[in-house]
Amino acid sequence: MRNKSNKGKSVGIKPKTSTRRYLKKTWQLYALMLLPMIFLIVFKFLPYYGLTIAFKNYKVAKGITGSEWVGLDIFTKIFGKRDFWPAVKNTILLNVLDLIFSFPMPIILALILNEIRTKWFKKVTQTLMYLPHFLSWVIIAALGYQLFSVSSGVVNILIEHMGASPIPFLQEDAWWLVTYVLIGVWQSMGWGTIIYLAAITAVNPELYEAAHIDGANRWKRCLHVTIPCIRSTIVILLIMNLGKMMQGSFERVMALSNAKATEFTTTIPVLVYRWGIENGKFSEATALGLFQSVIGLILVLAADKVAKKIGEEGLL
Amino acid sequence: MTKKKFTVGDVIFWIILIIVSITCLFPFVHVFSVSISDEAYVIANKVILLPKGLNLSAYQKIFADSSIIRSMLITVLITVAFTVIGMFLTISAAYALSRKELKGGKFMTFLIMFTMYFAAGTIPDYLLMNNLHMLDTVWCLILPLCFAPYNLLIMKTNFSASIPDSLVEAAVMDGAGHFRILRSIVVPLSKPIIATIALFYAVGRWNAYQDALFYIKQRADLKPLQLKLYNLVVSAQESFQAEGGNVGVLTNPEVLKAACVIFATVPIIIVYPFVQKYFVQGTMVGGVKG
Repeated sequence: MRNKSNKGKSVGIKPKTSTRRYLKKTWQLYALMLLPMIFLIVFKFLPYYGLTIAFKNYKVAKGITGSEWVGLDIFTKIFGKRDFWPAVKNTILLNVLDLIFSFPMPIILALILNEIRTKWFKKVTQTLMYLPHFLSWVIIAALGYQLFSVSSGVVNILIEHMGASPIPFLQEDAWWLVTYVLIGVWQSMGWGTIIYLAAITAVNPELYEAAHIDGANRWKRCLHVTIPCIRSTIVILLIMNLGKMMQGSFERVMALSNAKATEFTTTIPVLVYRWGIENGKFSEATALGLFQSVIGLILVLAADKVAKKIGEEGLL
Repeated sequence: MTKKKFTVGDVIFWIILIIVSITCLFPFVHVFSVSISDEAYVIANKVILLPKGLNLSAYQKIFADSSIIRSMLITVLITVAFTVIGMFLTISAAYALSRKELKGGKFMTFLIMFTMYFAAGTIPDYLLMNNLHMLDTVWCLILPLCFAPYNLLIMKTNFSASIPDSLVEAAVMDGAGHFRILRSIVVPLSKPIIATIALFYAVGRWNAYQDALFYIKQRADLKPLQLKLYNLVVSAQESFQAEGGNVGVLTNPEVLKAACVIFATVPIIIVYPFVQKYFVQGTMVGGVKG
């Protein structure tokens, strides 16, 4: 923004300004960074040192430094554990199902919302649809257990009214999986529309007018104007979701898991919690967490590369 | 385009949106109705939409359970402290990093972003809390998460885009220090984004229970509300402890659980209409980089 003469002036002065004068002008900026940097170092970087126990036989009494190095033994040990591969499989399975069912819903809803011309109706529905995003997973799970209970849940009461037998929504493995995915769709569908609605707002109105003059009906306008215009948003969100395939929502799985349906609830973060915090096997749990974050990082970097390759902004 | 005919398409779209909205509203209405109904009707599965036989004894029982009230107070305290400290750190760092005069700013931003994509993980964090003797204190629920890289990056981007360079430079020329510029120019000009990020912090803290589940073991009196609710309603590891026996006999846990859910949800529902707007803005500022 600065014009040339201004720039030339500041360059001209530079050799004369001493470090002292620079510091006098800017020390307060460094002072502002001091506390945040301390937090960053203590709470984000110090834990990296704890990662070394993935390569050590960690004993609480000996501490992180005193425990002996064992190379990759811990990793070979965890790869052989009974729970390991099911946890990897479940983590990916839950993410893939979310991608298939939760990902398209906001796009569909945003396209529908875009067609609504009655302002108050749009506003009311949006307000209601955004609500689940603000609730904790504990509350959502508690609502779920109330509504889907086999004996007293309102959903099963209605099902029985219609003459069918009650469904063990959260008590049987296959149904648990269905309910888990449905609850995820419910929680995220409204909130996810925001980004798409923003993208739709940015579409040039002239395109719609041109389509209208060409005689395109609503459906055709949506298909040939709106969707192509938000395609890049869809693609980038899709790629970023693919980058998150190895992550798992600990709070969501933990809140919805119960003793009756256990087949799909062992995901990597849950297993880290069980091994580490519940059973004190810190080395194994750390190695498992590291395994997850390394693959996660590789996926994110790959997703970023792909996004940039197709001409999008990318995330890094 | 000015025609306002109500077509078949409109009807279908309205119906879809009404159904979707009902699925979002109905769970609350139902659980609320259960919570204030007479339990005889609840046991008979008679309560669907509207309450039957008004009975508030479940709420009396909750308010008689001092541990639940305490959890609520602890959560309020933690949320306030977390938000205040988090905002202080975020505003300071975002402003400093948005200034080009700060040498090494790019490198520091990289370090901060790096922790976003490659965090040490659950166990190293846990061991750190242990070594800092923060387990079973309120600090483990406040300090580790209150410097949030994602929030910082949103705010930094916003400062860079919305505060004109010339304004800051003119203030520097007039002899103002950066503390003063931040306090009297940047903060007043950035109220919307500050409100947004503060709400991100507050709602995030209010809703989280993972860290409390990891770090609060012995001190049951420090359990935040979400963990308390998790133990009471979801994992059923705890039972209600009514104090003062005259609160009426409740045999059906469903009513009590329903009341508990409503008790924990009401604070969010109350602030939600005011908060919503800022969240939508924040999500758009964050763009797809969420």
